[in-house]
Amino acid sequence: MPPRVLILGIGNVLWADEGFGVRCVERLAARWSFPDCVTLLDGGTQGLYLLPFLEDADRLIVFDAVDYGLAPGMLKIVEDDAVPAFMGARKMSLHQTGFQDVIATAQLMGYCPERLLLIGCQPEELEDYGGGLRDVVAARIDPAIAVALERLRGWGIEARAGQGDERLLADAAIRQDAYEAGRPSEEAACRVGDARFLPGRG
Amino acid sequence: MTMTPNGYDLDTTGRRIVVDPVTRIEGHMRCEVNVDDEGVIRNAVSTGTMWRGLEVILKGRDPRDAWAFTERICGVCTGTHALTSVRAVEDALGITIPDNANSIRNIMQLNLQVHDHIVHFYHLHALDWVNPVNALRADPKATSELQQAVSPSHPLSSPGYFRDVQNRLRKFVESGQLGLFKNGYWDNPAYKLPPEADLMATTHYLEALDLQKEIVKVHTIFGGKNPHPNWLVGGVPCPINVHSTGAVGAINMERLNMVSSIIDLCNEFNRNVYLPDVIAIGGFYKGWLHGGGLSSKSVLAYGDIPEHPNDFSPGQLYLPRGAIINGNLGEVHDVDVRDPEQVQEFVDHSWYEYGTPGQGLHPWDGVTEPRFELGPNLKGTRTNIKQIDEAAKYSWIKAPRWRGHAMEVGPLARYVVGYAKGHEDIRNQVDGLLRALDVPFDAVFSTLGRTAARALESEYCGRLQKYFFDKLVQNIKNGDESTANIAKWDPSTWPREAKGVGMTEAPRGALGHWIKVKDGRIENYQCVVPTTWNGSPRDTAGNIGAFEASLMNTPMERPDEPVEILRTLHSFDPCLACSTHVMSPEGAELTTVKVR
Repeated sequence: MPPRVLILGIGNVLWADEGFGVRCVERLAARWSFPDCVTLLDGGTQGLYLLPFLEDADRLIVFDAVDYGLAPGMLKIVEDDAVPAFMGARKMSLHQTGFQDVIATAQLMGYCPERLLLIGCQPEELEDYGGGLRDVVAARIDPAIAVALERLRGWGIEARAGQGDERLLADAAIRQDAYEAGRPSEEAACRVGDARFLPGRG
Repeated sequence: MTMTPNGYDLDTTGRRIVVDPVTRIEGHMRCEVNVDDEGVIRNAVSTGTMWRGLEVILKGRDPRDAWAFTERICGVCTGTHALTSVRAVEDALGITIPDNANSIRNIMQLNLQVHDHIVHFYHLHALDWVNPVNALRADPKATSELQQAVSPSHPLSSPGYFRDVQNRLRKFVESGQLGLFKNGYWDNPAYKLPPEADLMATTHYLEALDLQKEIVKVHTIFGGKNPHPNWLVGGVPCPINVHSTGAVGAINMERLNMVSSIIDLCNEFNRNVYLPDVIAIGGFYKGWLHGGGLSSKSVLAYGDIPEHPNDFSPGQLYLPRGAIINGNLGEVHDVDVRDPEQVQEFVDHSWYEYGTPGQGLHPWDGVTEPRFELGPNLKGTRTNIKQIDEAAKYSWIKAPRWRGHAMEVGPLARYVVGYAKGHEDIRNQVDGLLRALDVPFDAVFSTLGRTAARALESEYCGRLQKYFFDKLVQNIKNGDESTANIAKWDPSTWPREAKGVGMTEAPRGALGHWIKVKDGRIENYQCVVPTTWNGSPRDTAGNIGAFEASLMNTPMERPDEPVEILRTLHSFDPCLACSTHVMSPEGAELTTVKVR
């Protein structure tokens, strides 16, 4: 029996590079198909709603935009026990019950996947509401996917080129292309956030 | 000392306590209070520390897509925003939905209420009353006796069961993974439960974690997936085909049976666990009836769960609509969200500007133009605020008002309105609970009352789920399998300009989306979310908002440990993510409490 693998993209697509993880699973599904033991999920900023998916997985791969203080666009690969601590370090979490708590809860309940792989990307811009991925981050989607594919191969799971399962991904209206193309102009829609946390712009 | 128009003496002379961020809520919020020499809160300031701009990113989009965006603004109530959005668009374009769509939407909305209330109580709020560390000291046998006394029909009650849970907890805590239970003030005297009650409630924390996974499957069945279920302007996106066995996405008998058994699970848990817990825990805290705030003065509910599709008249709603002002429960005003004189948002103390000071704007004419400026009496700097100046602008939340009144919204507001209107189910539930706790009616106006109203509502909504499920099945049996009306799907059938409003009662309270459509595109979109009402800052006249009012005159056991502040704020189930936008300097997830 091949291991059951959950490939999860998390983050809020409405906040520029925060959408990295979700966009990774979108592209993964657009280009690759997997055997039935693999589930692709757009987790958004959901917390406890993700528990049933963790319960049904032996291994977990998470794509996410995480702040490691690296150069924008750098990938950081973190595994197993180190994952929760790194998730906790994320600068932006729309949740107080963030993904770190989801993992802690799954551990408490005794069904946390046995292997965890976090494929994180250092964001360039988060404070741009309604914005899409910055170029430097968008360019890292393919390398991030390559990391996941290689790991899956190591687990004995081969991806095949071609359209994959998109059932658990975002509605077409907010997929990357439609979302970024349909953005209102800066004149029509103010984009700045809280000046206290926009260094250099205050 | 200042007396606000809504009746609060504000005294800023005492020590200032800053809690930032307030944890175990959705989104980011800061709270400052002044306490007097006795440790009693005499001034309260609630700041939404995130900027909200959903409205502006929807400009120019296809109105049929708005639900998919609004689903993303919140990490909890995705479905409620989506429902409110499709209702707003349908209202604008004159689209009616079929009867099955109404039943399915109601089931989904009621299911969300139950899910949200249970998760809120056990996973976001219980730790304000329950001490999981103290649970390690409990005697499992005595816990078993307590469980059987408070809920004889709950099957999980043996001493061995509680011993197993206790061992699991101990292992978790001793492995250093306090994780979920970190940041508690576990030796604070504000915790009143004996160890056995703590163990019983902590055990139910775990049971509720398992249960909540099952509850949301209703959204997967009707919405195609969860998180982020699919919605559709004109109805629901799931076709019904009761004779099919494996058709992708279609609702067949097998799926309906799953929904039915999930509804039964909800009702069993509410009856056997949630309500008995609230009564048992409430019994130990009924001497602590602080936190009522605006609930005894001014409350607002839009109403929801229509009996018939497209009919939102007050007599046709299972969750009541109405407004009560100045504490006069003898008069419940009807609410018209289209009336430009009723719902208005003010920004004199919010980081926005309208051009004219003191102006209130109805959401159809709403403007979201940020203007971040700090008052002259601020302590600290722009990037490191030590103390906010509430005489100036001080929050990213606007101040919505109903005919000029600051209002509380949410389960307690709905139950006060329902009680005042003589809503039979609500009256019976409330009277029964008051009898069980042996407290007078005024006890309703408290933090505990807010928490109890949520439990009663979970029970009521669970029963309503069953009602609408039966209605759906009967309608299908009668031969009606229609789930969507696509007659006006094509934008060429739309008027050149249109405006509409969608209302729901979200788990946290009255939610409205106001939309203007022009040439097939969104021209303006405004959301006034429950936490905008409850978390609002002061308005032009100086009325304080519901969070602020609820903290007033509460004594704190230890001013540097904000147990009472958190308990009361959590009782609103605040959801700042959709009322505002994010900021978190240096990723600090730990709450800092500063006493000045």
